[in-house]
Amino acid sequence: MAAIEIRGLSKTYRVTRKKEGLVATLRALFRPEYEYVHAVRSIDLTIESGEFVAFLGPNGAGKTTTLKLLSGIITPTSGEARVLGHIPWRRENAYRRRFALVMGQKNQLWWDLPAAESFHLHQQIYGIPPDQFTRVRDELTEMLGVRQLLHRPVRELSLGERMKMELVAALLHSPQVLFLDEPTIGLDVVAQYTIQQFLREYQARTGTTVILTSHYMKDVVVLCRRVVVIFDGQIIYDGSLTNLVDHLGDYKIITIRFSDGQVPTDLSRFGKIILREPPRVRLRVARNEATEVIRAVLARYIAEDVSVEDPPLEELIAALFASARNSRLSQERGNSAVPEDTTHSANH
Amino acid sequence: MTYPSPAIVDTIFAPVYRWRLWITILRISIQERIIYRGDFMLGTLMRFLPIITQIFLWGAVFSALPTGNGSEGRIVGYSYHDMVAYYLLTMLSRAFSSMPGLASGITREIREGTIKRFIVQPIGLLEYLFFYRLAHKLVYYSVAIVPFAVVFYLCRGFFQETPHGLVWATYIASLVLAFLLGFFLEATLGLLGFWFLEVSSFLFIYMLLSFFFSGHMFPIDMLPEPMATVVKLIPLQYLAYFPAAVFLGKVQGAALVTGLLVQAGWVIVFAFLAQVALRRGLRHYSGFGG
Repeated sequence: MAAIEIRGLSKTYRVTRKKEGLVATLRALFRPEYEYVHAVRSIDLTIESGEFVAFLGPNGAGKTTTLKLLSGIITPTSGEARVLGHIPWRRENAYRRRFALVMGQKNQLWWDLPAAESFHLHQQIYGIPPDQFTRVRDELTEMLGVRQLLHRPVRELSLGERMKMELVAALLHSPQVLFLDEPTIGLDVVAQYTIQQFLREYQARTGTTVILTSHYMKDVVVLCRRVVVIFDGQIIYDGSLTNLVDHLGDYKIITIRFSDGQVPTDLSRFGKIILREPPRVRLRVARNEATEVIRAVLARYIAEDVSVEDPPLEELIAALFASARNSRLSQERGNSAVPEDTTHSANH
Repeated sequence: MTYPSPAIVDTIFAPVYRWRLWITILRISIQERIIYRGDFMLGTLMRFLPIITQIFLWGAVFSALPTGNGSEGRIVGYSYHDMVAYYLLTMLSRAFSSMPGLASGITREIREGTIKRFIVQPIGLLEYLFFYRLAHKLVYYSVAIVPFAVVFYLCRGFFQETPHGLVWATYIASLVLAFLLGFFLEATLGLLGFWFLEVSSFLFIYMLLSFFFSGHMFPIDMLPEPMATVVKLIPLQYLAYFPAAVFLGKVQGAALVTGLLVQAGWVIVFAFLAQVALRRGLRHYSGFGG
């Protein structure tokens, strides 16, 4: 059964148009002019129970708005959504006991008290039976390595430790659906890694349905097999991460280290040189020419080490956003040329 | 331990079930308060300093009264002793009805978006704030009882007579109602923050009106007509004047019963208004903000 079903979901905000100048301001006081912001435009999406899905998109694309709709914080302008069979914006307690929303660093822990106290409050808010509460709390704090910090005031914890405690608080009632909005934002690499590993392990063990938004591609690569790219309030890609890379990444990055410390000067005929740092050089070559280039280079020069990589995901995503932006611009100019290869569900 | 199923919990048995939650909010809030005990005690003691200046001020006012015109050192029926006794009693009323930071705290939650917590989690904003506030008050009384006892002991000469049992009971009832009224009134004001981003100037006006018309500054029965009637019709007097008047025996018999009933009526009105403001506010919030 699908855990989350979304049909034609739209959210349009009305904001007052601000004008400059005193007269305009006074006039706006009596007759305000409004602007409409289409944060989410007719989204269709089905997420099966137990999936781990990433929402990708630039700031303001509508990722957070969608999560807010699904957690019932805001009501849609039109369309439908059901999470675990509930309509989120009805805010029934029966639904609220079954999901959790973690919005990075939005603190739900009591600053001056040990996290253990906030957890007790959550136990009562969600009506968790005492034995279950103790078991889940100990499991989660053990997995995240923060068990010994349970009785230290939250204000004395580091950002990473605090975020881990936030996660524990959100998961105490064993939600069936979990919305994670930027859970690793602002954290150091070690804390990021711990949280990634934790989320992966936790999700595999419990089968929780998870939607994650993150700007760290590493989070997405490690955690999510399915990726939904949202741009300008619409879904422009929905599929596997590997497919996305194959679609977009029509080139490879080859790094060669030459053994005699000298970098040949005629390398640019094989591809675009993106880094030249003797004895290393990085080349960008077309995907289907990669093997050919390696063979040619190895035949001519003595290389100590050669590696071939896919282009960084950030770069690919940025390219996808850029092409989506261009296609929107050209749409507005009248010719609706949407590149077929990058879009799945745009324009319908 | 057995827990009822959520479907039942959500309906009629909610209060029966939720006492555990309420006790937990209370317990945690008390713990939080106690962390700042040093700062808190100093603040509590400092608030007793104005009492001394007020006593001297009224002393100066009364000694400047012209003598021999038949008023015998009284202002609109109040002698110096009556005035000081009244002032001390309003201090006590205010200890119950004042809600520092309640309204501004709610508007901050709305502005900063932390109010989302009460949409996402199965807990109500008002029940949470109520027990949080109750905890603050309990901690405050446990500290303030010492200076209050000292002040009332030192000033015992200003009280003509101590009230008997029934008056004590109604006095305590009026103080409890003053607490409830103060809570729901300020909560309602704070919830206006859903519609107005900035309510601090609005709150300032409310504070000013409250200072005058709750009887905090002077006994409102001193006011000339028609002001006196108007002031008695609005709920502010129940925050300071009314409990003091009960203690001093100014309201008796039928008037005492009516007074308490009207005070309880205002509590119900504002509890209802706060609920409505919260429900509508959240609807507004989910449509426009979020």
